[in-house]
Amino acid sequence: METVVFALLNGVIYGLLLFMLSSGLTLIFSMMGVLNFAHASFYMLGAYFAYTLMEGSNFWIALFIAPVLVGLAGMVVERYGLRKVHARGHVAELLFTFGLAYLIDEVVKIFWGRTAVNYKVPELLDFPLFTLYGAQYPAYRIFILLVAILMLVALWYLLRRTRAGLIIQAALTHPHMVGHLGHNVPMIFMMVFGAGCALAGLAGVIGGNYFITDPAMAVQMGPIVFVVVVVGGLGSLEGAFIAAMLIGLLQTSAVSINASLADIFGFLGLAGTSEVGGITIASMAPMLPFLLLVLVLMVRPTGLMGDREV
Amino acid sequence: MNMATTIEPMLAIKDLHAYYGKSHVLNGVNMEIMPGEVIALLGRNGVGRSTTAKAIMGEVAPVGSIRFKGQEISGMPNHKIARLGLGYVPESRDIFPAMTVRQNLLLGIKDMRRPGKWTIQQMLDMFPNLARRADNPAGVLSGGEKQMLTMCRTLMGDPDLIIIDEPTEGLAPLIVQQVGDMIAEIAKAGVSILLVEQKLSIALRIADRVYVMGHGEIVYGGTPEDFATRDDIRKEWLEV
Repeated sequence: METVVFALLNGVIYGLLLFMLSSGLTLIFSMMGVLNFAHASFYMLGAYFAYTLMEGSNFWIALFIAPVLVGLAGMVVERYGLRKVHARGHVAELLFTFGLAYLIDEVVKIFWGRTAVNYKVPELLDFPLFTLYGAQYPAYRIFILLVAILMLVALWYLLRRTRAGLIIQAALTHPHMVGHLGHNVPMIFMMVFGAGCALAGLAGVIGGNYFITDPAMAVQMGPIVFVVVVVGGLGSLEGAFIAAMLIGLLQTSAVSINASLADIFGFLGLAGTSEVGGITIASMAPMLPFLLLVLVLMVRPTGLMGDREV
Repeated sequence: MNMATTIEPMLAIKDLHAYYGKSHVLNGVNMEIMPGEVIALLGRNGVGRSTTAKAIMGEVAPVGSIRFKGQEISGMPNHKIARLGLGYVPESRDIFPAMTVRQNLLLGIKDMRRPGKWTIQQMLDMFPNLARRADNPAGVLSGGEKQMLTMCRTLMGDPDLIIIDEPTEGLAPLIVQQVGDMIAEIAKAGVSILLVEQKLSIALRIADRVYVMGHGEIVYGGTPEDFATRDDIRKEWLEV
């Protein structure tokens, strides 16, 4: 019981972090028509910016300023990079974001070094919030949960309940018509790209100290975020949310299962001492998102909620 | 002081060319629309009527001069053209299907701080069909209702001139009549209209002047009365 509750809680938190990253990516996908390979790099920038800002000020200032800085960086990339490359077609765009991801990786290594930086959970939140079944639960994780839920509500409200949100949604599907109605679509696209990057940056700020802040964090997170967006359905925010929660729960539950293949398939004569039988479910956890990706693409190429094929 | 009595045209097109890849679609179109005028642009399929509309709106790259209210708009971003007061109702209608009728109308307003002379309520009062479905997704509307919605949405932006491309295409005769009535209503409100249309009956009923296109240029311009006497033009450029 204890394992299940903790796995659920951790799974929801991880899922919400994944959604924070994938919501921006899926909006940007709707706009560009291609996946932004550099998206997870903005997540990494968020963590590093917060680390540096924390040295001069404190976590709370970093929490607000770092995502804004990442968002501004994203707007500059859209305005002076992507917008020019966009005219040359999808392949050029894809290659541009691919190159950008490596560029940001290298820049991070130059400025902050190749090893992990000591980006810590703020002292104010570094205490066990409650004890459940004799195990303590860190307050910071609940803080992540709250920030993520706040972001979710704010994003939903902006997109579904305000005129600006309606214009954004219309611009994603009918950019020309929205322009003819007098709305500045290039500027809307720049803002959407910036906001998507800022959300990734926010995930970096609150996730960088929960996991680890090192130059490999973008490469580790990137593929999983792609899985979320593709499994959820390209361009669908609802789909991204469901997929993010699904993968969050799947991975954290798998990690906490100590059973081995021999325990499950023992009745078929698989021995725990054999090489295959000794494999634990926990060790298979990193594989699960990609297994899901492959299965979804085979069975339902539009993803769970999307309407376009990959 | 020179009290000039000549009225400036609202839209003046001079020697307009347009290309799709290597094919030369517009061959030097010349056209003028005066304030408050309703112009029908006629011609067979493929002579460049829709392309003329698209070139004015920047959907197709224009080569030549397009002056709207005295300002050169050739090559201008589409939202800036719209903000000068030029509305566009494309052939594809392009309603936002997932949004409600009301939300579609709301997006027609360019600036909430300076709304135009038309209100959403006025639109709904004028068109009971739209009012009944005001809070339904626009995607469920019939073809005629979608056409009405697109025109209403453009009106919400308070344009001085609207370019309406093939509004009656694919609509039942009764609905064609209603769309015609609506365009007449818009004209009565003082809005200039460039109507790209194939159905002569609608065009001649509403238009102050008629242009006929052939092979990417204007081959005739005149009043509906004069046009009625020109069997030669109709035979050569319109009848199939």
